[in-house]
Amino acid sequence: MYSPAIIAEAMVNGLLTGAVYALVALGLTLVYGVLHIINFAHGALLTCAMFAVWGLSEGLGVNVYFTIVPLAVVMFGVGYALQYWLIGPASRGEDSNTLLVTLGLSIAIENALLAVFHSDTRTLSGDAAFDVVELGPMLLSRPRLIGFGVSLLVALVLWLLLTRTDAGKAMRAVAKEPMGARLAGIDVRHIFALTFGIGCACLAVAAGLLLPTFYVTPRVGNAFVLVAFTIVVLGGMGSVPGALIGGLLIGMVESLGGLLFGESLGQGGIFVIFILVLLLRPQGLFGARA
Amino acid sequence: MSLLRVDAVTRRFGGVVAVDGASLNVPKGTITGLIGPNGAGKTTLFAIISGFVTPSAGRVVWKDADITSMKPHQRARQCISRTFQIVQPFAGLTVLENIAIGAYLRHADRSEAMRLAADVAKRVGLAAQGGQQASALTVAGRKRLELARALATEPELLLLDEVLAGLNPSEIRDIIPLIRAIRDDGVTILMIEHVMQAVTNLCEQVTVLAQGRVIASGAPRQICTDPAVVEAYLGRGAAARMQAHA
Amino acid sequence: MSPRGLMPMLILLAALALVPAFGSNTSINFLVSALIVALAAQGWNLLGGFCGQFSFGHAAFFGTGAYVDAVLQARYGVNAWAASAVAIAAGAGVGWLIGFLSFRAGLRGSYFALITLAFAEVLRISANAAPITGGATGLLLKLDARAANFQFASRGVFCLIALTCVALVLALSVWIARGRLGAQFAAVRENEDAARALGIDVLATKLRAISLSAAVTAAAGCLYTQYFLYLDANIAYGSWISVEALLAVIVGGISTPAGPIFGALALHALGEVTRLIARGVTGIDLVLFGLILIAAIAFAPTGLAGLASRLRRALG
Ligand SMILES: Nc1ncnc2c1ncn2[C@@H]1O[C@H](COP(=O)(O)OP(=O)(O)OP(=O)(O)O)[C@@H](O)[C@H]1O
Ligand SMILES: [Mg+2]
Repeated sequence: MYSPAIIAEAMVNGLLTGAVYALVALGLTLVYGVLHIINFAHGALLTCAMFAVWGLSEGLGVNVYFTIVPLAVVMFGVGYALQYWLIGPASRGEDSNTLLVTLGLSIAIENALLAVFHSDTRTLSGDAAFDVVELGPMLLSRPRLIGFGVSLLVALVLWLLLTRTDAGKAMRAVAKEPMGARLAGIDVRHIFALTFGIGCACLAVAAGLLLPTFYVTPRVGNAFVLVAFTIVVLGGMGSVPGALIGGLLIGMVESLGGLLFGESLGQGGIFVIFILVLLLRPQGLFGARA
Repeated sequence: MSLLRVDAVTRRFGGVVAVDGASLNVPKGTITGLIGPNGAGKTTLFAIISGFVTPSAGRVVWKDADITSMKPHQRARQCISRTFQIVQPFAGLTVLENIAIGAYLRHADRSEAMRLAADVAKRVGLAAQGGQQASALTVAGRKRLELARALATEPELLLLDEVLAGLNPSEIRDIIPLIRAIRDDGVTILMIEHVMQAVTNLCEQVTVLAQGRVIASGAPRQICTDPAVVEAYLGRGAAARMQAHA
Repeated sequence: MSPRGLMPMLILLAALALVPAFGSNTSINFLVSALIVALAAQGWNLLGGFCGQFSFGHAAFFGTGAYVDAVLQARYGVNAWAASAVAIAAGAGVGWLIGFLSFRAGLRGSYFALITLAFAEVLRISANAAPITGGATGLLLKLDARAANFQFASRGVFCLIALTCVALVLALSVWIARGRLGAQFAAVRENEDAARALGIDVLATKLRAISLSAAVTAAAGCLYTQYFLYLDANIAYGSWISVEALLAVIVGGISTPAGPIFGALALHALGEVTRLIARGVTGIDLVLFGLILIAAIAFAPTGLAGLASRLRRALG
């Protein structure tokens, strides 16, 4: 059996990872909540952001954390443009079309990255992985603690943005009643693109927080996106607090599962959770049955 | 003999009581009207009869058998057929294909089903549009398509939910004889209708629903002068005011 | 689809039947791979095209077909033909089970797509870990080219068998499309409430569609096993087959019986050409596939079949 200390450390580590998962899931759930579409390319876009962080940091020697803000701006622009000119027009408002278009996008992005970078695993050089903080009996990685803090901060900012700003109000109006919002003079297409852009900006932040302790390959997004989908359905599609709680929960489950059953079965466990939630409580753990 | 009996059914949606202890009798071979102000619960009552909504209390009895827990498709097979107030065409299929799906219920063979579909299309006046996509039909066309599909299942009881709404007077004049002809072929009809001219014209008996309750039932002429009905439609005290004017 | 509309397809299939007689080994290899995908895509079309339930996880059925076929032979010495028959039935069973769980829970649209993907991934991870499937090293079948083993010394014979399977499923699809079952599938695809009101048992109809669809895709998995005689979890349950099956249908023309065949052949040819041109650049063909998928949705929602009929109309 494992000692309580090891289990406790696994749980804390799970929470730390979970916060970054939550950030990835926030982007996804926001897009779902407002546009009512599932962005299948979310993972591929995360991979893009991770390569960008890697390139800036390794190629140009920029400190990882300084890449976050400029990259978030760029990713916002990319997301805005994608939704405004590609995904929106190509899917003509049909749910299944959006799914297929974003699937196509993810296949194209993932394999373009594969063509350029091959399937090698890349990490940041430097000793970030060994940069630890002693906390009582536990040794915790400093970059992951930073990741935890920044993720929670971004979630808070996002929440304020949604509830306190005009753009946020417009987004919520569009989420509830796209027709009514249009009649009230809101540019729905713009709001959709804006939301998508914000979702992508979350990915840039997540990429900057992940890379110090994680690796990047052209397929790395796949692992995250399914985790993110699981979190989103667990927390209730479209719910921001749900995504946060769901993320922390899944982070812990994965970490404990990995400890008890090994890495790859831990992944399988997440899929099983995903399936069970969809079958038993498709409205999420915290939602009311519609 | 009563073909369909609704026994004190109630249905709540959250706090709203859409149908509140309503009872109803539909004798075989008649046209029965179901009227009432907007939001009275008429469509919900139809949904209960056709099995799309399960009642919170009460029973639905079809030919002396309790069918309250029967699924919609089973009721359709038992010859209860409904139309939708908000039309539900198979948008991507042609008009004939739409009707054929109804016809396939009792005819496994393609040519038979298609022949029946063509007959029904002709009968409801959709023969010319048979090859068109259902999504290309006008409002009146879609209402006819609802009727045609339901008819193609060869029902014994036809539930018509405002098939005349949105039609102009001349279109209404065209459909009234059709409905009567359907009844003359032995199909019992229960129809929700706001067009009173059609109700008085067609129905042998009328049931009035207001706020989920049955407030009156009887012959159309008798219903029109019932003070409870007048109040339900025109507001409290309306009957008294009309009396005063008369 | 009218018999006349099928003429181009029949001519194409007849022409393809000549490839084994005159073609090189490379061209036969190409054709067999394309036909395996075509068969998987025909399966996808029965559920996705005819019945409107888009799956992102047909690998679950392909892999089950492939693995049951391989495991029965390699571990239990079952005859290859019998193993294939059992494998197809097992594929149908897995389809029915996934369908029963998902459809009964009321999952549709994107939710259904995602849950099928998750089922396929669970199977992939399990197959990668389980001893019976050979785990990560995979499963190698003994080469013993005899007809009784469903193995042939000549690739051409196998190619003809694949072609026959595709032709049979084409016939089945046409028959379904023209009959009551096809009408019920279409009704469920277009409007579930209306279908219910007309006496269609929506759940049972969807289960029929997914079982049939899974059986056909499992058959494609069997062909894969018998032709390549090697399997691992990433081949059998990998997302590549889910994507290619779906893509072939979207590109070829959704819900038309011949669409998946056109689509699979066109995509395979295109992939081959791209790989030739951009030699050594891995994944470039898939980049193109992704872009084609987007373009198909944006500009040709009815696929090649739709484009062809539009062209025919334009030319008079
Ligand atoms: N699925 C539902 N969920 C919640 N409330 C519902 C639902 N269906 C109906 N209601 C409510 O039940 C009441 C009765 O509605 P219903 O549609 O049966 O009325 P109706 O008599 O058909 O009205 P109309 O003449 O406008 O068609 C309304 O207040 C409506 O808002
Ligand atoms: Mg109504």
